[in-house]
Amino acid sequence: MNDFHHSEQDSDRFRNRLVIAGSFVLLCFALLFGRFFYLQVLQHEYYATRAESNRISLVPVMPNRGNIEDRNGVILARNYSAFTLEITPSKTLGLEETIDQLGEIVEIQLKDRRRFKRLLEESKNFESIPIRTRLTDEEVARFAAHRYRFPGVEVKARLFRQYPENSLAAHAIGYISRINAKDKEMIEASGHDANYKGTEHIGKIGLEAHYEFELHGTAGYEQVEVDAGGRAVRVLSQTPPTPGNNLKLTLDAELQRVAEQAFGGRRGSLAAIDPSNGAVLALVSSPAFDPNLFVDGIRFDDWDELNNHPDKPLLNRAIYSTYPPGSTFKPLMALGALTTGKRTPGQAIADPGFFNFGNRRFMDDKVGGHGMVDMHKSIVVSCNTYYYVLANDMGIDNIARFMGDLGLGRRTEIDIPGEATGILPSPEWKQRRFKKREQQKWYPGETISIGIGQGYNAYSTLHMAHALANVLNYGQVFRPHLVHSITNPTTGEVRMVEPQPIRQIALKREHVEVVKRGMAGVVKEGTGARVFAGAAYESGGKTGTAQVFSLKSGQKYVAGQVRERLRDHSWYVAFAPVDDPKIVVAVMVENGGFGAQSAAPIARQLFDYHLTGKRPGGPAPEVDSPDEEETHELIQEGTDEAD
Amino acid sequence: MKLIKRIIQNIFAHLDMPLFLIVMALMGIGLMTIYSATSSDGFWKLDKQLINIAASTAVMLLVARTPPQTLMRFAVPLYVIGVVLLLGVALFGIVVNGSRRWISLGLMRIQPSEIMKIAMPLMLAWYFHKHESMLRARHFAIATAILLVPIIFVLKQPDLGTSLLIGAAGFFVIFFAGLPWKIMLGLGAAAGAAMPFAWNMLHDYQRRRVLTLLDPTSDPLGAGYHIIQSTIAIGSGGGLGKGYLNGTQTHLEFIPEKHTDFIFAVFSEEWGLLGNGILLILFTLLIGRGLMIAAAAPTMFSRLLAAALTLVFFIYAFVNMGMVSGILPVVGVPLPFISYGGTALLTLMLGVGILMSIHTHRMLVKK
Repeated sequence: MNDFHHSEQDSDRFRNRLVIAGSFVLLCFALLFGRFFYLQVLQHEYYATRAESNRISLVPVMPNRGNIEDRNGVILARNYSAFTLEITPSKTLGLEETIDQLGEIVEIQLKDRRRFKRLLEESKNFESIPIRTRLTDEEVARFAAHRYRFPGVEVKARLFRQYPENSLAAHAIGYISRINAKDKEMIEASGHDANYKGTEHIGKIGLEAHYEFELHGTAGYEQVEVDAGGRAVRVLSQTPPTPGNNLKLTLDAELQRVAEQAFGGRRGSLAAIDPSNGAVLALVSSPAFDPNLFVDGIRFDDWDELNNHPDKPLLNRAIYSTYPPGSTFKPLMALGALTTGKRTPGQAIADPGFFNFGNRRFMDDKVGGHGMVDMHKSIVVSCNTYYYVLANDMGIDNIARFMGDLGLGRRTEIDIPGEATGILPSPEWKQRRFKKREQQKWYPGETISIGIGQGYNAYSTLHMAHALANVLNYGQVFRPHLVHSITNPTTGEVRMVEPQPIRQIALKREHVEVVKRGMAGVVKEGTGARVFAGAAYESGGKTGTAQVFSLKSGQKYVAGQVRERLRDHSWYVAFAPVDDPKIVVAVMVENGGFGAQSAAPIARQLFDYHLTGKRPGGPAPEVDSPDEEETHELIQEGTDEAD
Repeated sequence: MKLIKRIIQNIFAHLDMPLFLIVMALMGIGLMTIYSATSSDGFWKLDKQLINIAASTAVMLLVARTPPQTLMRFAVPLYVIGVVLLLGVALFGIVVNGSRRWISLGLMRIQPSEIMKIAMPLMLAWYFHKHESMLRARHFAIATAILLVPIIFVLKQPDLGTSLLIGAAGFFVIFFAGLPWKIMLGLGAAAGAAMPFAWNMLHDYQRRRVLTLLDPTSDPLGAGYHIIQSTIAIGSGGGLGKGYLNGTQTHLEFIPEKHTDFIFAVFSEEWGLLGNGILLILFTLLIGRGLMIAAAAPTMFSRLLAAALTLVFFIYAFVNMGMVSGILPVVGVPLPFISYGGTALLTLMLGVGILMSIHTHRMLVKK
């Protein structure tokens, strides 16, 4: 009985507890259902959005960069497709091991590793960085078979920039290279960051830099579904990119080639302009470099070699290096004298072979002097005394004003970056240039040297060609430009870079004619006669020599080169044909000796090709015996004030 | 022919139809969801799970035929073997993923903690059954000791999920045996006081899981990733779900362990609140049926065992769905009858078999 009772009691308690447990279960399940209701009904939209943003990713699609071609359609820059092997560092298991193991499948050289390291430093961890470019088909296949071993490594088809003419016009065309922090700032500042989301390369110098936003095009977008690993699973929608615009240049690639070959590797520069519209026909800086080296990140040894070469091939001498123009300054002085009314063409001086100023004597190039010298003769024989007197009569302010009008001592606004302003000396310039008071003072004796293109004078070849083009164009100033037209490859629409005169200098035709005849005289009977003997056209020119009196301190030269580096710089400015100038050129050969020796033969080959189609047999020869001698007061090499 | 018929009759004589149908429905949902979760790898996981189901169903039928009295005979040996093996694990165990859970027995590796899930309620039910007529406080104390020994081993492995399940199974037996409420409250208070010490004993990753539960966004790419992605899957499923095989979170691999511990997120994303409701109803029916069996059970042993095993199913389901939906910390507990995996399924079906045995043998005992 007791047992039974006990058992009944137990049984009741047990049932009781079953009910409690059952209730607890129901309560817990109700709690779960409440949680599901909260997530799936109340918060559904929030989580639906999060699921969408999980799976959908907006991927920029790179536009094709515009091509660059010369005036005749010769391609100078284009794109080609190639496979690269790329690593996303954040997704690899170990960067070094990954590269080591990759090296067993595709060839990875030390230079590839070095470049990768450099690119790695410049980039963020989640970007993919090329370890090898231009994989062969076989290498792509071999990697594909081992792909599973390499998380974070991918083969990508990429468009590469290619410069099919290699070093031809390299400084003018420039190159593209990977975007660095500074470029990024520029892109953000100019409000293009949205369009550059997927862009990896940007124009660094030359036309590639100046016309970056024309060439780049508009990025497209792909909405892709991605998995948790970030891999694209499928494309949901697509906005195609708009390719960049093509550039057609004023540059003549063949003329450029003739000009570059004429230098034969010598250091120097050349600017050739069509005076009627400012179109740049050739722009040479010698020696040059191969821009293709930069496209997928220049290798360290290549960079080292280019950067430390004593000839400085990366320097764009045509627009950045400035030198005293020497006697090539004289025709401009003559025109200034006529324009300011300080001289008439017939006014002559008696040249004793020197000019005394104060207690100093400025020497002529010819002992005993040239006798009676009028303006024409002063240009033909390059008479220093005539210009000493003239400079003194004009005064530095008049000279500076007139030369400034012609375009010297300021940027020409050519459509590539990196131009030097040059130095147009004047009392104001000295004030700005020097800090100490005694240095700031302008001495009248300094004006005398300026008259023959020496002293502080320093201009680039582009400056000199531009100034002469302005003269030949009777004062109408065109901006020198390398791009003729910009074509939209999608619509076929062509935008001309209109040769608009940007200003007018007050020059009289008859004054210009005097100078032109004087320069024609130089070629006919003066210092240019020997070089241009037998030319099929009539040209005008003026030789010039800039003396190198000392090497800059800190320059390291191989002993054998020192003699060569102490030679004078050779200048030649010229135009042809005389009656209707089609081409103006300024040539400068560093340490090329006197003007007719090195620079003028280059101009001869250029004119021959441009006007008659005659191709030279080789580099321009050096002419041996001097036709001219000049004395110099203050000569500086490579002075410039570019910022 | 007659013989075969008899054999079949014999087999099905001990089948509890309601329980069987519920379990089959759950395993059907499981197969369907496993296919969705693993379809990118083909059918092989599905095939393996089918084999798991067939094998564990056979075991279930076998156990169902075994009378409870026979089962009771296994209680002590199974428990002792379990403890010895756990000791063996602690001494010579194989480390997998940082936990020492497996032991090699020559030909095969086994996970002794899994045996304990059944051995523990069996042992305690036997113990209380033996002392049925004169339960005193010391009996409860000894039962607690029986419970704690293996749990400490399992906690040391470390395996929080399994120790939780073993602990729950044992506790339920003690609870149904009539542990006084006063003691339960006292123990609860003591447990609360012991929390800081327990916290210190937890491994770093276990602590992180608890902390992550409180604020998953604090570590979105690390420990919080699982919870964030599974709640996104559930929430984005909405009322009716994205449709079978259309779960983006699942098929784009955002859900971790999607065919095992997190399979509920897969199901929930594709079937929505409606599917979740059906699943909860199925589990409620399962537990209800189990509790009914317990209520009708004739002996102390079978009562306690049936009730405890039933609540173990509940703990499995609740802890799993709770962790996947982000209201409980992430502990490695599969969703019963649905998650992929042979071992867990075998243990669960053993439990179902025991329930069936208890139910189909009740009249025999009464007689």
